[in-house]
Amino acid sequence: MTRPLVPVLDQMKGARPSRAARRRDTPHPGGRLPSFDRAEGLPTACAATVAAIEAGRARDRRRAIGVVAGILVVIVAVGMLALALGDVPLAPAEVVAGLLGLEGTGGAVFIVQGLRLPRLLLALVVGAALGLSGALLQSVVRNPLASPDIVGVTGGASAAAVLAIAGGLTGLAVSGAALVGALVATSVVVAASGRAVAGARFVVIGIAVAFLANGIVGYALTRANLTQAQSAWFWLVGSVGSPSWDDVALVGSTVAVAALGLVAARRPLAAQSLDDGSARAIGASPVATRVAAMTGSSILAAVAVSVAGPIAFVAFASGPIARRLRGRSPALGTAALVGAAVVALADLVAQHLIPGTLSPPVGLITGAAGAVVLIALLVRGEQAGVDRGAARKGTRP
Amino acid sequence: MSDVIRSAIDLLHAGDDDAPPPRLAAEGLRLGYGDRTVVHDVDLDVTPGALTVVVGANASGKSTLLRGLARLLAPTAGRVTLDGADLSRLPNRRVARTIGVLPQSPIAPEGVRVAELVARGRYPHQGIFRGRRSDDDVIVAAALEATDASSLVDSRVDELSGGQRQRVWIAMALAQQPRILLLDEPTSALDVAHQVEVLDVLRAEVSRGMTVVLVIHDLTLAARYADELVVMAGGRIIARGEPGAVLTAEVVRQAFGIEARLLQDPDTGRPVILPRSR
Repeated sequence: MTRPLVPVLDQMKGARPSRAARRRDTPHPGGRLPSFDRAEGLPTACAATVAAIEAGRARDRRRAIGVVAGILVVIVAVGMLALALGDVPLAPAEVVAGLLGLEGTGGAVFIVQGLRLPRLLLALVVGAALGLSGALLQSVVRNPLASPDIVGVTGGASAAAVLAIAGGLTGLAVSGAALVGALVATSVVVAASGRAVAGARFVVIGIAVAFLANGIVGYALTRANLTQAQSAWFWLVGSVGSPSWDDVALVGSTVAVAALGLVAARRPLAAQSLDDGSARAIGASPVATRVAAMTGSSILAAVAVSVAGPIAFVAFASGPIARRLRGRSPALGTAALVGAAVVALADLVAQHLIPGTLSPPVGLITGAAGAVVLIALLVRGEQAGVDRGAARKGTRP
Repeated sequence: MSDVIRSAIDLLHAGDDDAPPPRLAAEGLRLGYGDRTVVHDVDLDVTPGALTVVVGANASGKSTLLRGLARLLAPTAGRVTLDGADLSRLPNRRVARTIGVLPQSPIAPEGVRVAELVARGRYPHQGIFRGRRSDDDVIVAAALEATDASSLVDSRVDELSGGQRQRVWIAMALAQQPRILLLDEPTSALDVAHQVEVLDVLRAEVSRGMTVVLVIHDLTLAARYADELVVMAGGRIIARGEPGAVLTAEVVRQAFGIEARLLQDPDTGRPVILPRSR
């Protein structure tokens, strides 16, 4: 029943010697990896388990590719529609010509690149930033309620922005104020939630800060004149209706930097998703990882909010939606894509499906639709879980 | 113990160098939570390459002592040393290559699969640029075999029974390939067959040079498996040594406040405890 393990592994991988076999001659510096020469007479069961581990990983990868491809298809479809629809409808060929900058197509270049593309791109990058920000915070605090729009990060941004608007500021100054407000709110929550910086305490303090921020918003609105109040209200609902290339570049580069950081930090992040004791035990520094991730998350949220306002629900729902799709947590990259798709789709709906002369801000749609989608996913997941449980107990064929 | 388990343990130790086992020691170690001191100035030189079992009543400080030795709790006075160096000054990742820990109630991330969780035990051997290697899969597989958990490899951790979950966590600590293993009640959720199985695995690890310290409640099991017994009461070590010498009616009375009859296991010669009354 027992066979040497390494020859079995080599057989499984075909004629090419396995990486394990090739590495046998190069002892690892520091890490205590076995030299397989001494591993004689190992059970085939071990090789079968290795095969099962590899198969499981391949399955996960296939699912990830499927999910990412699916979301990208949605994004491309929504993008094409967003570029084609409007006061001057464009045919798909004209959209492509406009994107490529081919002249002589009746102003398609101006309509696509000058008017519709910035709005689409802003929706995408803002959605990605919010999705990533929410999923990251939920993952490091280990609580689905720990999303920037619930624990006061976007609340802090809103309060500061509305104060700025009521004070007569406009444009970039409002964005700057929002950024400062978000960071102040995060610092307050982190400072007040103690050394562990995680769990229910963090969420409760965050909710308190969110209420405080809400109070400041109310106060500022009562002090503002009617024009300022309307402009503040529009900002508060969240909109990508007044895009600029600077905004797109700001949010886009923030998302890009965050994505690189997350790729580099994927192992510490995975380690800290255990409890703190276990994470310390395997050599990670969970609290440091968490504080860094929180800082990143609030910068992402703050930058997105400073440009587009606190678009409801995207940060909160993207993580759970991504988790359902991927069947695992935290699925940060998927959450970013989900956020991008949701905001782009919601903006498309806001622009073209809601009747009336003035199209409503995108935040109204995400708030209404995101809630429905999340509830549907949770209910479906619950039923699937119940079915699995029943099947395990043998009450179902 | 099956051949599969034995050879899996051999594989986990196939890369051991011939360096002497590292020494873990507590020097005047005081531990507590807030203002409350739970462990009072304990000195303990853990015997290298042996299986030490810490026993004691609830709230006697045994789990806290283990957490202190495992650097999961910072000392309020004194220190823990690894080969003479202050543990709190060593890089955590380096310590994790030497010391493996099973905390009392570890929490797995939602939806994580067994293979993925056990693979996190490889963390201290990896880095930003040195990622997963195919060796890691072999070691994860061996750790799962050693704890009789290989059939669970594709299961979700949150769908496992308490006993299965316990074995998976032990597998994660074994996948770390530590030289010292500290376990807080590793048998608490297990049926008697799996209790014996886990303790057999730990004994086999010790025979391969591992230093093991564990906290368990069952005195008879403790006496059966320990090379050395450490009895704690009121945050202090009240007795220490071979089970047969340490476990007397007097020590049991001091530590647990009960009268007990002590018999001798005819097969092993180890003490068997029969509790009587207060």
